Amino acid sequence: MNGTLAALPAWADALCAFLLVAGAFFAFVGSLGLAKLSSFEKRLHGPTKAATLGVGGALLASIVYFAARDDAVYGHEFLVTLFVFVTAPISAHLMIKSALHLAGRDPRAPDIEARR
Amino acid sequence: MRRLVPAPLSSLALWIAWLMLNGTLAPGHLVLGAVLALALPPLLAPYTRPQPRLRRPGAIVRLAFVVLHDIIRSNIEVARLILGPEARIRPGFVRVPLALTEPQAIATLAGIITMTPGTLSCAVAPDRSYLLVHALDLDDPDRLVADIKARYERALLEIFA
Repeated sequence: MNGTLAALPAWADALCAFLLVAGAFFAFVGSLGLAKLSSFEKRLHGPTKAATLGVGGALLASIVYFAARDDAVYGHEFLVTLFVFVTAPISAHLMIKSALHLAGRDPRAPDIEARR
Repeated sequence: MRRLVPAPLSSLALWIAWLMLNGTLAPGHLVLGAVLALALPPLLAPYTRPQPRLRRPGAIVRLAFVVLHDIIRSNIEVARLILGPEARIRPGFVRVPLALTEPQAIATLAGIITMTPGTLSCAVAPDRSYLLVHALDLDDPDRLVADIKARYERALLEIFA
Protein backbone atom coordinates (compact mmCIF):
# COMPACT_ATOMS: atom_id res chain seq x y z
CA MET A 1 0.00 0.00 0.00
CA ASN A 2 1.41 3.39 -0.91
CA GLY A 3 -0.09 6.86 -1.11
CA THR A 4 0.02 7.28 -4.87
CA LEU A 5 -2.31 5.75 -7.45
CA ALA A 6 -0.89 2.68 -9.11
CA ALA A 7 -0.68 2.50 -12.89
CA LEU A 8 -3.51 0.33 -14.16
CA PRO A 9 -4.03 -1.41 -17.48
CA ALA A 10 -5.88 0.82 -19.92
CA TRP A 11 -9.14 -1.16 -19.78
CA ALA A 12 -9.28 -0.85 -15.98
CA ASP A 13 -8.48 2.86 -16.16
CA ALA A 14 -11.29 3.39 -18.68
CA LEU A 15 -13.79 1.33 -16.70
CA CYS A 16 -12.92 3.11 -13.42
CA ALA A 17 -13.24 6.49 -15.09
CA PHE A 18 -16.60 5.59 -16.62
CA LEU A 19 -18.00 4.29 -13.32
CA LEU A 20 -16.76 7.34 -11.39
CA VAL A 21 -18.22 9.79 -13.91
CA ALA A 22 -21.53 7.92 -14.10
CA GLY A 23 -21.74 7.73 -10.30
CA ALA A 24 -20.85 11.41 -9.95
CA PHE A 25 -23.52 12.30 -12.50
CA PHE A 26 -26.27 10.55 -10.51
CA ALA A 27 -25.00 11.99 -7.21
CA PHE A 28 -25.07 15.44 -8.83
CA VAL A 29 -28.61 14.97 -10.16
CA GLY A 30 -29.71 13.86 -6.69
CA SER A 31 -28.30 17.04 -5.13
CA LEU A 32 -29.75 19.14 -7.94
CA GLY A 33 -33.18 17.69 -7.15
CA LEU A 34 -32.71 18.66 -3.51
CA ALA A 35 -31.86 22.25 -4.49
CA LYS A 36 -34.33 22.69 -7.35
CA LEU A 37 -37.63 21.06 -6.46
CA SER A 38 -40.25 22.95 -4.50
CA SER A 39 -41.97 20.68 -1.99
CA PHE A 40 -40.36 18.67 0.79
CA GLU A 41 -41.67 15.33 -0.43
CA LYS A 42 -40.37 15.93 -3.95
CA ARG A 43 -36.98 17.10 -2.70
CA LEU A 44 -36.54 14.04 -0.52
CA HIS A 45 -36.51 11.86 -3.65
CA GLY A 46 -33.24 13.40 -4.88
CA PRO A 47 -30.74 12.60 -2.10
CA THR A 48 -32.20 9.19 -1.18
CA LYS A 49 -31.60 8.19 -4.79
CA ALA A 50 -28.09 9.60 -5.03
CA ALA A 51 -27.21 7.10 -2.33
CA THR A 52 -28.04 4.27 -4.71
CA LEU A 53 -26.48 4.76 -8.15
CA GLY A 54 -24.07 7.52 -7.09
CA VAL A 55 -22.55 5.48 -4.29
CA GLY A 56 -22.91 2.33 -6.40
CA GLY A 57 -20.78 3.79 -9.19
CA ALA A 58 -18.02 4.85 -6.82
CA LEU A 59 -18.03 1.45 -5.09
CA LEU A 60 -17.88 -0.46 -8.38
CA ALA A 61 -14.98 1.74 -9.48
CA SER A 62 -13.23 0.94 -6.19
CA ILE A 63 -13.75 -2.79 -6.73
CA VAL A 64 -12.35 -2.55 -10.28
CA TYR A 65 -9.35 -0.46 -9.13
CA PHE A 66 -8.26 -2.81 -6.38
CA ALA A 67 -9.03 -5.90 -8.46
CA ALA A 68 -6.78 -4.62 -11.27
CA ARG A 69 -4.04 -3.42 -8.90
CA ASP A 70 -3.81 -6.36 -6.52
CA ASP A 71 -5.57 -9.13 -8.46
CA ALA A 72 -7.83 -9.54 -5.45
CA VAL A 73 -11.42 -8.66 -4.57
CA TYR A 74 -11.85 -7.10 -1.14
CA GLY A 75 -15.03 -7.33 0.88
CA HIS A 76 -15.19 -3.74 2.06
CA GLU A 77 -17.12 -2.39 -0.91
CA PHE A 78 -19.82 -5.04 -0.55
CA LEU A 79 -20.16 -4.25 3.14
CA VAL A 80 -20.42 -0.51 2.42
CA THR A 81 -23.14 -1.25 -0.15
CA LEU A 82 -24.99 -3.39 2.36
CA PHE A 83 -24.78 -0.77 5.13
CA VAL A 84 -25.93 2.02 2.79
CA PHE A 85 -28.89 -0.08 1.69
CA VAL A 86 -29.83 -0.88 5.27
CA THR A 87 -29.49 2.66 6.66
CA ALA A 88 -30.59 4.97 3.82
CA PRO A 89 -34.28 3.96 3.86
CA ILE A 90 -34.42 4.51 7.62
CA SER A 91 -33.28 8.14 7.46
CA ALA A 92 -35.61 8.80 4.51
CA HIS A 93 -38.45 7.20 6.44
CA LEU A 94 -37.78 9.35 9.53
CA MET A 95 -37.66 12.54 7.46
CA ILE A 96 -40.89 11.89 5.58
CA LYS A 97 -42.65 10.93 8.81
CA SER A 98 -41.58 14.11 10.56
CA ALA A 99 -42.49 16.13 7.46
CA LEU A 100 -46.02 14.72 7.49
CA HIS A 101 -46.23 15.32 11.22
CA LEU A 102 -44.99 18.95 11.02
CA ALA A 103 -47.42 19.68 8.18
CA GLY A 104 -50.20 18.36 10.41
CA ARG A 105 -51.01 15.67 7.91
CA ASP A 106 -52.20 12.37 9.26
CA PRO A 107 -50.84 9.50 7.16
CA ARG A 108 -54.02 7.63 8.01
CA ALA A 109 -56.31 10.35 6.62
CA PRO A 110 -58.48 8.82 3.91
CA ASP A 111 -58.01 11.76 1.56
CA ILE A 112 -54.21 11.89 1.62
CA GLU A 113 -53.95 10.43 -1.87
CA ALA A 114 -55.86 13.34 -3.37
CA ARG A 115 -53.68 16.08 -1.78
CA ARG A 116 -50.39 16.80 -3.42
CA MET B 1 -27.53 -27.65 17.60
CA ARG B 2 -30.31 -25.11 18.00
CA ARG B 3 -29.11 -24.35 21.53
CA LEU B 4 -25.50 -23.98 20.44
CA VAL B 5 -26.31 -21.76 17.45
CA PRO B 6 -29.63 -20.06 18.27
CA ALA B 7 -29.46 -17.63 15.32
CA PRO B 8 -27.65 -19.43 12.50
CA LEU B 9 -28.35 -16.78 9.84
CA SER B 10 -27.19 -13.86 12.00
CA SER B 11 -24.12 -15.80 13.07
CA LEU B 12 -23.20 -16.67 9.48
CA ALA B 13 -23.73 -13.06 8.36
CA LEU B 14 -21.61 -11.74 11.26
CA TRP B 15 -18.84 -14.22 10.55
CA ILE B 16 -18.71 -13.33 6.84
CA ALA B 17 -18.87 -9.59 7.65
CA TRP B 18 -15.97 -9.97 10.11
CA LEU B 19 -13.82 -11.75 7.52
CA MET B 20 -14.72 -9.19 4.83
CA LEU B 21 -13.94 -6.24 7.12
CA ASN B 22 -10.53 -7.70 7.89
CA GLY B 23 -9.99 -8.81 4.31
CA THR B 24 -8.45 -12.09 5.35
CA LEU B 25 -8.99 -15.82 5.66
CA ALA B 26 -6.18 -16.24 8.20
CA PRO B 27 -6.92 -19.02 10.73
CA GLY B 28 -6.76 -16.63 13.68
CA HIS B 29 -9.45 -14.41 12.20
CA LEU B 30 -11.55 -17.43 11.22
CA VAL B 31 -11.62 -18.50 14.89
CA LEU B 32 -12.01 -15.02 16.40
CA GLY B 33 -14.81 -14.19 13.94
CA ALA B 34 -16.56 -17.47 14.71
CA VAL B 35 -16.40 -16.79 18.45
CA LEU B 36 -17.89 -13.32 17.99
CA ALA B 37 -20.51 -14.61 15.53
CA LEU B 38 -21.65 -17.23 18.05
CA ALA B 39 -21.50 -14.99 21.13
CA LEU B 40 -23.14 -11.80 19.84
CA PRO B 41 -26.64 -12.92 18.67
CA PRO B 42 -27.64 -14.42 22.06
CA LEU B 43 -26.48 -11.20 23.79
CA LEU B 44 -28.61 -9.10 21.46
CA ALA B 45 -31.62 -11.43 21.48
CA PRO B 46 -33.48 -9.61 24.30
CA TYR B 47 -33.53 -6.42 22.20
CA THR B 48 -34.68 -7.87 18.90
CA ARG B 49 -37.62 -9.80 17.55
CA PRO B 50 -37.17 -13.51 16.99
CA GLN B 51 -35.63 -14.25 13.60
CA PRO B 52 -38.20 -15.19 11.00
CA ARG B 53 -37.44 -18.29 8.97
CA LEU B 54 -36.11 -17.54 5.50
CA ARG B 55 -36.89 -19.91 2.66
CA ARG B 56 -36.11 -20.18 -1.00
CA PRO B 57 -32.53 -18.80 -1.32
CA GLY B 58 -33.09 -18.81 -5.09
CA ALA B 59 -35.96 -16.36 -4.65
CA ILE B 60 -33.72 -14.09 -2.54
CA VAL B 61 -31.08 -13.94 -5.28
CA ARG B 62 -33.73 -13.36 -7.96
CA LEU B 63 -35.32 -10.56 -5.91
CA ALA B 64 -31.90 -8.94 -5.43
CA PHE B 65 -31.40 -8.84 -9.21
CA VAL B 66 -34.91 -7.50 -9.82
CA VAL B 67 -34.27 -4.71 -7.27
CA LEU B 68 -30.85 -3.92 -8.78
CA HIS B 69 -32.36 -3.71 -12.25
CA ASP B 70 -35.18 -1.46 -11.01
CA ILE B 71 -32.74 0.82 -9.17
CA ILE B 72 -30.79 1.47 -12.37
CA ARG B 73 -33.88 1.85 -14.55
CA SER B 74 -35.67 4.23 -12.23
CA ASN B 75 -32.53 6.25 -11.37
CA ILE B 76 -32.44 7.20 -15.03
CA GLU B 77 -36.16 7.93 -14.93
CA VAL B 78 -35.80 10.19 -11.85
CA ALA B 79 -32.74 11.93 -13.36
CA ARG B 80 -34.90 12.78 -16.40
CA LEU B 81 -37.67 14.12 -14.16
CA ILE B 82 -35.28 16.29 -12.11
CA LEU B 83 -33.48 17.68 -15.17
CA GLY B 84 -36.78 18.38 -16.97
CA PRO B 85 -39.26 21.13 -16.14
CA GLU B 86 -40.74 20.75 -12.67
CA ALA B 87 -44.28 21.34 -13.90
CA ARG B 88 -44.17 17.93 -15.56
CA ILE B 89 -43.71 16.15 -12.20
CA ARG B 90 -46.98 14.99 -10.67
CA PRO B 91 -46.24 13.66 -7.16
CA GLY B 92 -48.80 11.88 -5.03
CA PHE B 93 -49.47 9.41 -2.26
CA VAL B 94 -50.72 5.93 -2.84
CA ARG B 95 -51.75 3.13 -0.51
CA VAL B 96 -50.30 -0.30 -1.15
CA PRO B 97 -52.44 -2.99 0.51
CA LEU B 98 -50.22 -5.58 2.18
CA ALA B 99 -50.49 -9.34 1.97
CA LEU B 100 -47.32 -9.65 4.11
CA THR B 101 -47.81 -9.95 7.86
CA GLU B 102 -44.28 -10.58 9.20
CA PRO B 103 -42.86 -7.23 10.49
CA GLN B 104 -39.41 -7.99 9.08
CA ALA B 105 -40.92 -8.74 5.69
CA ILE B 106 -42.85 -5.46 5.69
CA ALA B 107 -39.69 -3.59 6.72
CA THR B 108 -37.82 -5.21 3.83
CA LEU B 109 -40.56 -4.24 1.38
CA ALA B 110 -40.55 -0.66 2.72
CA GLY B 111 -36.77 -0.52 2.31
CA ILE B 112 -36.95 -1.81 -1.26
CA ILE B 113 -39.64 0.75 -2.12
CA THR B 114 -37.49 3.57 -0.74
CA MET B 115 -34.31 2.39 -2.47
CA THR B 116 -35.95 2.11 -5.86
CA PRO B 117 -36.02 5.70 -7.03
CA GLY B 118 -39.26 7.54 -7.55
CA THR B 119 -40.98 5.96 -4.57
CA LEU B 120 -40.65 6.47 -0.81
CA SER B 121 -42.44 4.44 1.81
CA CYS B 122 -43.86 6.88 4.38
CA ALA B 123 -45.90 4.95 6.89
CA VAL B 124 -47.31 1.57 7.66
CA ALA B 125 -50.93 1.27 8.81
CA PRO B 126 -51.26 0.65 12.57
CA ASP B 127 -52.84 -2.72 11.76
CA ARG B 128 -50.20 -3.40 9.05
CA SER B 129 -52.88 -3.60 6.36
CA TYR B 130 -51.24 -1.13 3.98
CA LEU B 131 -48.10 0.91 3.29
CA LEU B 132 -48.41 4.59 2.47
CA VAL B 133 -46.06 5.31 -0.44
CA HIS B 134 -45.11 8.67 -1.91
CA ALA B 135 -44.33 8.63 -5.62
CA LEU B 136 -42.35 11.42 -7.27
CA ASP B 137 -44.29 11.01 -10.49
CA LEU B 138 -47.59 9.23 -10.09
CA ASP B 139 -49.31 8.89 -13.42
CA ASP B 140 -51.08 5.59 -12.79
CA PRO B 141 -51.57 4.69 -9.09
CA ASP B 142 -53.13 1.31 -9.85
CA ARG B 143 -50.22 0.25 -12.02
CA LEU B 144 -47.68 1.35 -9.38
CA VAL B 145 -49.46 -0.72 -6.73
CA ALA B 146 -49.68 -3.71 -9.07
CA ASP B 147 -45.97 -3.37 -9.94
CA ILE B 148 -44.88 -3.26 -6.29
CA LYS B 149 -47.01 -6.28 -5.44
CA ALA B 150 -45.92 -8.34 -8.44
CA ARG B 151 -42.22 -7.45 -8.46
CA TYR B 152 -41.36 -7.38 -4.74
CA GLU B 153 -44.18 -8.50 -2.48
CA ARG B 154 -44.79 -11.83 -4.20
CA ALA B 155 -41.10 -12.76 -3.84
CA LEU B 156 -41.08 -11.66 -0.18
CA LEU B 157 -44.15 -13.79 0.48
CA GLU B 158 -42.24 -16.80 -0.81
CA ILE B 159 -39.09 -15.94 1.15
CA PHE B 160 -40.78 -15.25 4.49
CA ALA B 161 -43.44 -17.95 4.10
